[in-house]
Amino acid sequence: MSAQTVSLWRIYTLESKYEILKMLRLPMYVIPTISFPLVFYILFGVALRHGSSEIGTYMMASYGAFGVMNAALFGFGVGVAVERGQGWMVFKRATPMPPLAWILGRLTMCVLFSGVVVGLLFAAGALAGGVRLEPGAWLSLSAVLILGALPFAACGLAIGFWAGPNSASAVINLAALPTAFASGMWIPIQMLPRLLQRIAEFLPPYHYAQLALSRVGMNRGELNLGRSLTVLGLFTVASIVFAWIGWRRDEGKTFG
Amino acid sequence: MTQIPDFSGTPAAELRGVVKRYGPVTALAGVDLSVQPGEVVALLGPNGAGKTTAVQLLLGLGRPGEGTARLFGRDPREVAARRRIGAMLQVSKVPETLKVREHIDLVSSYYPRPLPLPEILAAAGISGLENRLFGKLSGGQRQRVLFALALCGDPDLLFLDEPTVGLDVEARRGFWDHIRAKAGEGRTVLLTTHYLEEADALADRIILLHQGRILAEGTPAEIKARVGGRVVRCRTRIPVEEVAFLPGVREARRRGEDLEIFTQTAEAVLRELLARDAGLSGLEVRGAGLEDAFLALTGTSETVLASKEVAA
Repeated sequence: MSAQTVSLWRIYTLESKYEILKMLRLPMYVIPTISFPLVFYILFGVALRHGSSEIGTYMMASYGAFGVMNAALFGFGVGVAVERGQGWMVFKRATPMPPLAWILGRLTMCVLFSGVVVGLLFAAGALAGGVRLEPGAWLSLSAVLILGALPFAACGLAIGFWAGPNSASAVINLAALPTAFASGMWIPIQMLPRLLQRIAEFLPPYHYAQLALSRVGMNRGELNLGRSLTVLGLFTVASIVFAWIGWRRDEGKTFG
Repeated sequence: MTQIPDFSGTPAAELRGVVKRYGPVTALAGVDLSVQPGEVVALLGPNGAGKTTAVQLLLGLGRPGEGTARLFGRDPREVAARRRIGAMLQVSKVPETLKVREHIDLVSSYYPRPLPLPEILAAAGISGLENRLFGKLSGGQRQRVLFALALCGDPDLLFLDEPTVGLDVEARRGFWDHIRAKAGEGRTVLLTTHYLEEADALADRIILLHQGRILAEGTPAEIKARVGGRVVRCRTRIPVEEVAFLPGVREARRRGEDLEIFTQTAEAVLRELLARDAGLSGLEVRGAGLEDAFLALTGTSETVLASKEVAA
């Protein structure tokens, strides 16, 4: 028997390539993921800004966070739940696929879609939203926004392992839309009732949005970098643990 | 198909003393089986017999509660062990927005020496479909793509879990030709099926599985002699005890007012019955399903599932 070698690099590349192709051909994912944040931004951040570049800037950052969060939650959550429900995940686990390959592929896909969402928002912001930033600020804002895909991809993964193929999308909408609102992603957090502002402190999306807003100097009060990063870090770890438990639970199930 | 199995080395696949429970259900209740390199083995049994569980443990998709599962002497949960196998599982759907060629390309990349695409397409009988999206294929074509994905890595051992379930008679026979061609190359195959005819058509050796236990094991001819046959049903005044001792009768039992007889030699038994009871009525003869055969083999008197599974 000759040495059995496979190219891990090639597997990861192909896994990413086909994950991207698969989603690109799925209008149900592409259209809402890309158009929702853009349309909201154009409505609230551009059309209703009354000449204020502050509103245009705040909302570019906050809808950017919302868009990335959605792309990651839906990309992982619904995708994983559906492929699990169809038995496709079981098939993949029976192949000699390196265990993390599909997760990396999906993550690459989410990061790419996040990049597209952010890029479109930046273009709208610069062209119509009155956004004027230093090159460094553009860069660091895009970095924070796109890195934000990680915690929400992990959360989506956990949802994908626990929700059914038909309910995943509903679960994500129910969880994401109210939290996005309460976290100041849709309208500035300062305009929300006091109670919601209090609650927001416990929501990972709030901390994500604050980190993004801090890149354009529009975070609320003093930015507590350490606390925000800790919240997001714990959220990511907890999501991965839940996803792992879900994965192990699947193993104990009978199929067919 | 006369393979000379290589009995010298480690088995290609092996379950030893395997018990697997899912909550209150015992899927496998102490199973020992091994597949030698070059052999084509069929796990035959009705739904719920434990066939799929056996395959899943061999694929490393779960851990046996007791006992061990081995692939070429290694733990199937190791990626390296699975590089020598390919599996066709009961998948309800494959991601539909990828093309056949793309699916094959991805799965091939997991293997050290995958087959060239044209060869894979030809072996599965899907040449010309490579640029179709999976979602646009018919049921039979989908099944063939799954087969292609199982063999694209040129594996030493091929698992086929109910490969022709849901196919019509013609498609099933066509599929058998492809499986036979692959097996003919000296490849080891472990397939599960609930069609006796399928096991007979493809396997060198059949293992009968029923309620998580191995009931019998042998060549197709041996197994057919035990489980093939017909079920005669009629209304008669001959006592069941008498019928049970007629020559050729394997098992006789009451079914309400009727008598049900499981036999290899339906004609002879009928002649005998009619000779003894001229008033015999409500006569019905049908091919025995696997459930009938298992009932006869085990002698248990649970409810017989309607035998819609008479292999065509």
